Amino acid sequence: MGLLVAVGVPAIQIGYVILVEHLLSLLPARTQRTLRPGLWLAPALAFLATFLIYPAVYTVYLSVLDARSAAFVGVRNYVFAFTNREMLIALRNNLLWLVCFTGLTVGAGLLLAVLTDRVRYEAAAKSIIFLPMAISFVAASVIWKFVYEFRPAGAPQIGVLNAALTALLPGFRPVAWLVNLLTNNLALITVGVWVWTGFCLVILSAALKGIPAELLEAARVDGATEWQVFRRLVLPSLSPTIAVVATTMVIFALKAFDVVYVMTNGNFNTEVIANRMYKEMFTSRDFGRASAIAVLLFGATVPIMIANIRRFRQQEAIR
Amino acid sequence: MARVQLSGVTKKFGAVTAVNEITLEIPDKQFTVLVGPSGCGKTTALRLIAGLEEATAGDIFIGERRVNDVPPKDRDIAMVFQNYALYPHMTVYDNMAFGLRLRKYPKTEIDRRVKEAAEMLGIGMLLDRKPKQLSGGQRQRVALGRAIVREPQVFLMDEPLSNLDAKLRVQTRAEIKKLHARLQTTTIYVTHDQVEAMTMGDRIVVMKDGLVQQVDTPLNLYERPANLFVAGFIGSPAMNFIDSALAEAGGKLFVDAGTFRLEVPADLVSQARPWVGRRVVFGVRPEDIADRALANGAQPAWTIKAGVDVHEPLGSDVILYLTAGAHSIVARVDARTQAKMGDNVEVVVNMRKMHLFNPETQQAIL
Repeated sequence: MGLLVAVGVPAIQIGYVILVEHLLSLLPARTQRTLRPGLWLAPALAFLATFLIYPAVYTVYLSVLDARSAAFVGVRNYVFAFTNREMLIALRNNLLWLVCFTGLTVGAGLLLAVLTDRVRYEAAAKSIIFLPMAISFVAASVIWKFVYEFRPAGAPQIGVLNAALTALLPGFRPVAWLVNLLTNNLALITVGVWVWTGFCLVILSAALKGIPAELLEAARVDGATEWQVFRRLVLPSLSPTIAVVATTMVIFALKAFDVVYVMTNGNFNTEVIANRMYKEMFTSRDFGRASAIAVLLFGATVPIMIANIRRFRQQEAIR
Repeated sequence: MARVQLSGVTKKFGAVTAVNEITLEIPDKQFTVLVGPSGCGKTTALRLIAGLEEATAGDIFIGERRVNDVPPKDRDIAMVFQNYALYPHMTVYDNMAFGLRLRKYPKTEIDRRVKEAAEMLGIGMLLDRKPKQLSGGQRQRVALGRAIVREPQVFLMDEPLSNLDAKLRVQTRAEIKKLHARLQTTTIYVTHDQVEAMTMGDRIVVMKDGLVQQVDTPLNLYERPANLFVAGFIGSPAMNFIDSALAEAGGKLFVDAGTFRLEVPADLVSQARPWVGRRVVFGVRPEDIADRALANGAQPAWTIKAGVDVHEPLGSDVILYLTAGAHSIVARVDARTQAKMGDNVEVVVNMRKMHLFNPETQQAIL
């Protein structure tokens, strides 16, 4: 089957091109020139239309229908999305993810990029920090479930975090990290940060290496302290990269799902929008509400993408 | 303003010694050029003075202060970098004001200094631009301006003209010279270009393999090179070196190159006499060789017969690549010469400008 796909897909592509070129050769040269780009683009556009635009439009359509997509209900599903208690918790939590997850991944990535840049064992340090990227979110969640494991006070602590804290702090009472309403959201976000910091690190580190050494030396000779060099030169030079990385992280924060699904399944006030959507879709079988939530999520990313593209264009303009 | 002193300064990068026990004094207000081929340690020496590299051994003084452990920002120096190193996200004004702002100068003072320097460099109308919107020559001026406004004790310049085109380089060369005459700030200037060194330096430090070869005024370097390296490095086309022996015949000394013999002038005989009967390297600059047909009062004892391999007319004069026996000789002769490729010519060597070197130590004999 795999072989069939590996051979078949390129064969179809090449076949299409040969066919199109053959048909074009029958036409006058000028017509050829006007038609060719369109015909070459057509398969890609058809692909996009089928698998991206059509589902998106169809989802919007479903979002104004009822649970079984039988009757038009207007904005009722959207009213639900903004008033339902679970949904409000999910919206609050996503906001928390947006701020904490993005802030911590980008912040830690930047800090580590600057710090690793100055040590001899840079490659080793970066590899270790990047390593969690290679693990799936589900596996990461399972690992962290062991870290957060809770046993009542007095019983042997098998969770790393509680074990360490009870051993180090006399009189420390073990915390059920994933149940405690003060800690559980941050505990989940920590898992996300653990996985994604490495990504931010490598991208920011690459950008950091791109700043000419002469520039930093010039600032040092000009009288800047190391902090001023960072604040007045490194940070502004990195800002386009930081924007790109932060955007990526914001989108991941909005899409947060696997960690929550595996570790708490949204219980104890840890619900997020994507998990809510999953539940409406596959547990409650309410296509209308699920679609409305999907549109909501989609809508939230659009302004971020627009801001990103605009920024990119500005940079191209001054190049 | 201050003098700069290096004493026994060494810099090693792992097993490589970039600068090897340099002892050097750069007097106050002087324009000193460090020159040498790439990898000779001149830039490292400059970076040691700037504090961008830490010396492995030795002491560095700026003024009366030992600065080995002083960070660059506190050395009161300003540096102009090869690639200008302008801050890309700042305007020209902000680039120039950056160092003053960090030092918390009052706004009016910063404004006065920036405007004054901009005026001096003719970049007054560019103050609101970003470096990307400037040409290479303009960026160069901004980099200079950034150094000037600081009014430091010492200017350090690391090949600041190497990214400019030939015409602009010559023009900027003169401007930097003028600027120095006006500001009188001690300047250390690094270049690999011997013409730049000769035209700009009050004094030139010639370096090779991390060692100082000779420190002298441009004219003395040209006329009295201390060794074969300096002799070959300064001057273009380079000095001719001919393996010879020093012979004595009839009370006169001769440089004997096998295919030709040239008489040593009487006033140099006493210095050359100890070398009679030994191998020497005879050196003569191309400009001290003339076409005999055009030379006044040509000396028969200073004449070489040679074949012309290549004839390069430069307009003002002609470069002839000659062969005399096994020796290749370059001569810069009068433009009126009739010599053409393939001809046999007679050229006269001005033996009063001759040089002799010890082939083993490569040091100058005279």
